[in-house]
Amino acid sequence: MSSLVTRVRQKQIGQLIDTGKRLDGRGLGDYREIKLEQGLIEKAEGSARVLLGKTEVLVGTKVETGQPFPDTPNEGVQTVNAELVPLASPTFEPGPPDENSIELARIVDRGIRESKAIDVEKLCIEPGKNVFVVFVDVWVLNHDGNLIDASALAAVAALLNTKMPNYEIKDGEVKIKQGYIPLPLKSRPITVTLGKINDKLIVDPWLEEEQIMDARISMAINDEGNICAIQKGGAGYFTPQQIVEATKIAQEKAAEIRKKLDW
Amino acid sequence: MNEKPEKLIDKKGLRLDGRKADELRPIKIEVGVLSNADGSAYIEQGKNKILAAVFGPREMHPKHLALPDRMVLRCRYHMAPFSVQERKSPAPSRREVELSKVIRESLEPSVFLEYYPRTGIDVFVEVLQADGGTRCASITAASLAIADAGIPMRDLVVACAAGKVDDTVVLDLMDTEDKAGVADVPVAYMPNLNAVTLLQMDGILTPDEFENAVNLAMEGCKKIYALQKEALKTKYMNVKEEVEE
Repeated sequence: MSSLVTRVRQKQIGQLIDTGKRLDGRGLGDYREIKLEQGLIEKAEGSARVLLGKTEVLVGTKVETGQPFPDTPNEGVQTVNAELVPLASPTFEPGPPDENSIELARIVDRGIRESKAIDVEKLCIEPGKNVFVVFVDVWVLNHDGNLIDASALAAVAALLNTKMPNYEIKDGEVKIKQGYIPLPLKSRPITVTLGKINDKLIVDPWLEEEQIMDARISMAINDEGNICAIQKGGAGYFTPQQIVEATKIAQEKAAEIRKKLDW
Repeated sequence: MNEKPEKLIDKKGLRLDGRKADELRPIKIEVGVLSNADGSAYIEQGKNKILAAVFGPREMHPKHLALPDRMVLRCRYHMAPFSVQERKSPAPSRREVELSKVIRESLEPSVFLEYYPRTGIDVFVEVLQADGGTRCASITAASLAIADAGIPMRDLVVACAAGKVDDTVVLDLMDTEDKAGVADVPVAYMPNLNAVTLLQMDGILTPDEFENAVNLAMEGCKKIYALQKEALKTKYMNVKEEVEE
């Protein structure tokens, strides 16, 4: 299934991390270079591409009208889907989404939903009948580790770039007017993922680190620096102290990324 | 649909079901409830009713999934269509796929997988009735089922959620509190190793509130841990009595 990292390499990565260094020259708390590009798919209502080192994720959004959920008749609908496209890695196979792509989609979804990034109340056309549905499709184009952070960032960037149809209600009928308005947003969450190798926390693990790490923890941080979603993954564990340390690092890193971005 | 209640905590600081902020729902645990499984457990936590069963270690099917250096642990979390207010389709939802994954990952650190290379164990969790916090109760039961199957473990895994309801950090959220509350933090924990094996969160918390919630959840875990051990012992005390008769 997953490709392997040799024992020698594992040892090398581990020993370097013990001395506070990493194989690609980064410090334990350093991100790879982040490149962000918005609006590159004209047919989509919004789009963004994120390069995190060699990891590449493209997100496109579509806005359509549909029915609201019965328990939230006054709110628009947000759905996130992630596709681990087979061209992105020798370990990705075509077929229905596996647990990894479902987990990725649900982490991205939770970050956006729980930070209330999309102002869903403004997406209601007719309560209980007609609302706007925002489809966020995460397309992983190259997998070099930390798909979570790259996807979450690309998703928010694509939402910021999203326009939706202008509409009005005349005689109880919905009329789509000429032109577009920007999608109403309230927050810009940033997700930070940490890996645990040799009992040390590293930020933004790349592919080889990801394959040998014991566990990971991802935290979505909102504009105010509060935590709005968390997901632990991997077959290892964290001590309570490490979790507290991770929240501090995540906040710091989220603020740092936020400052650098021009979106 | 039920309307959302205005207030989830009354003036006396009591919750909708009369609990205090740091109080667990009534819990009943039983071990060895299914005769065909190698290990099994049943848990009731409030209105949650959950069965967990373990099969294995046994030969992997399909065979190519077997690993040369360790046992493969598989997990399926599944909800019965009648377990919730509106019928849930029996086909696995995306939520169930994700929960199966996080439950598996919460159990894996507790099992000596390297003792049984080339084999597999299957953990099946069936939620018969759900009322918030099913993933936690599932982990508590599944870990007992693994122990009941006689598989060597580092520690039992026990799970409990904490969260924020109105302005208060509370323990063991039930369904209404989960849906209408501010945040939910499920935690799985191995008390003897001081290791957190599952941690999720949704909702907005300040870092301080988050830390409080995690600590409260771990306190809850420790209380359930005592009940877990008690349930395991009870089964073998019963076996002992039968043998002596």
